[in-house]
Amino acid sequence: MELYDEIQVIAERYPVRRSAVLPALRAAQERHGWLPPEAIREVAEALELTPAYCLAVASFYDMFHLEPVGRHLIEVCTNVSCALRGAEQTLQAFERELDVRAGGTTPDGEVTLRTVECFGGCSWGPVAAIDHRYREPVKPGDVAGILEELIASPALAPEEGDRRGS
Amino acid sequence: MGRRTLLFEDADQADLTKLAEYERVGGYRSLRKALRMTPAAVIDELIASNLRGRGGAGFPMGRKASFLPKPEQSSKPSYLVVNADESEPGTCKDREILLRIPHQLLEGVLIASYAIQAETAFVYIRGEYLTEFEVLQAALEEATSRGLVGGNILGSGYSVSVVLHRGAGAYICGEETGLLESLEGRRGQPRTKPPFPAIAGLYASPTLINNVETIATVPRILAMGGERYAELGVENSAGTRLFSLSGNVARPGNYELELGTTLRELVYEIGGGVPDGRSLKAVIPGGSSVPVLSAAELDTPLDFDSMARAGSMLGSGAVIVIDDRCCMVQLGLRVAQFYQHESCGKCTPCREGVRWLVSILRRIEAGDATQGELDLLLNVCDRILGKCLCPLGDAAAMPVASYVAKFRDEYQRHIDGRGCPFRGSSSLEGVLAPVDQHHAHLRAGIEVPV
Repeated sequence: MELYDEIQVIAERYPVRRSAVLPALRAAQERHGWLPPEAIREVAEALELTPAYCLAVASFYDMFHLEPVGRHLIEVCTNVSCALRGAEQTLQAFERELDVRAGGTTPDGEVTLRTVECFGGCSWGPVAAIDHRYREPVKPGDVAGILEELIASPALAPEEGDRRGS
Repeated sequence: MGRRTLLFEDADQADLTKLAEYERVGGYRSLRKALRMTPAAVIDELIASNLRGRGGAGFPMGRKASFLPKPEQSSKPSYLVVNADESEPGTCKDREILLRIPHQLLEGVLIASYAIQAETAFVYIRGEYLTEFEVLQAALEEATSRGLVGGNILGSGYSVSVVLHRGAGAYICGEETGLLESLEGRRGQPRTKPPFPAIAGLYASPTLINNVETIATVPRILAMGGERYAELGVENSAGTRLFSLSGNVARPGNYELELGTTLRELVYEIGGGVPDGRSLKAVIPGGSSVPVLSAAELDTPLDFDSMARAGSMLGSGAVIVIDDRCCMVQLGLRVAQFYQHESCGKCTPCREGVRWLVSILRRIEAGDATQGELDLLLNVCDRILGKCLCPLGDAAAMPVASYVAKFRDEYQRHIDGRGCPFRGSSSLEGVLAPVDQHHAHLRAGIEVPV
């Protein structure tokens, strides 16, 4: 299905089509891997909104990427509950193993590492999300194994990304 | 008082994500019962239960439902919106409901929708909760295929559809009017109140908004009767609540307790106390936005009135235990950094004030602050408190002011000693907050400050 058609199906769920902006941006991001200007334009056209409006909405939400990201995304929560249980040490282990600083992407474009605010895994922290799936807890000693598993798994091409989300 | 399993009754013995299992333990019987009652009688039952909202504000649920105009009094349709945007730091209880008892939540959605005669219910679920969304979606599909959701449900003549809507990463969308803006396809910036959502909410129509736990409790209330539910707990705090226990505690987890159980019982008897031979320094009793309690206040009961008397709040039921390794200036900084990151930017006191809190706290922690800057910190808290459209600014100012009030000598020692007395050994030392994270470009490795 074309993105345009997918967005029409999404929009039908709502009494007012504008409500489909978030799921439409998500659908566009799943196809492009991030939200380049053409993705924003496609969403705008499908919902009869302006690209400026759609960009304004996208820029408000942390899960939308307005810059390119790696094929895999690793997010480590460093909010209070996770931090009290060693999130910083977990983050540093990822930084060491990947040789990239939080907020950055490995030079081969494989993995983006970033810190995030509370994931809602407070009782089981430190929490990390590997391509949006939570792992709890992730101790520094778990990091090498997680990365091995990730590299061994076939890298998701952006157009083959998880489409189960609405 | 103590542990009391009501919400999660049967959840340990059966896989309640499956419709058949849920029905086997009595699931959807409350819905059948509600559909035989008048909508007004269902609301009366909720009022009788004294159930107060479990999201943080604690507003009586039945009364809120009664504020909506009846269908014949309004030209616009009514909506039910379930707030599943759980994101108050420390809180992970709604997630467990979504994962383990999704049908009980759906049953509550259907009963509450019927009570306000809504034809459409929305569940706004935070975008990061992907697995949780999938579990709820599977439950919704199963319920729909069995005629529990959709047209003329269970032959009652009542029709309702349920739409699951995923957020995209914004704490402020847990605030009810920010959520409505987001659900309407906008930036999640809170609205002015009044009008309240009961009069003009989603699409300017009458809207009932409740937290996941509140809605999941509704089938239990219908089953046992509002008056019997009201007998649980203590005065003004009826029933049970899920508490998310986290931080420096031996057995963290979600625990369902009768309201009025003391913090000490939760932290020590149920949670196993502080591990590693450390001592308890402080407890945040209701999520990172509420004032802190000291070790001397552990006998405070977990109920709305007792927490208010102790100068704090029950909030979202997130109890964060902090041991003696934690520097309270670093705690203030990390909490303030969260709210700086999440401020929507609409109100100046929050947008600018919280940034000020962060920069002053950073100077205190670095040992660069003068005495006057500690006063300035409290002054900025005062200039935020109560001066914004939504509670986010307060959520930053209240805890920071409470850390200074209760641990003033620790703040003073940073100033007098020109540095952190923990000398690098605090449990929060060097924690990297997203607000301090610089995004590096994929190409060329050039760092671009955000």
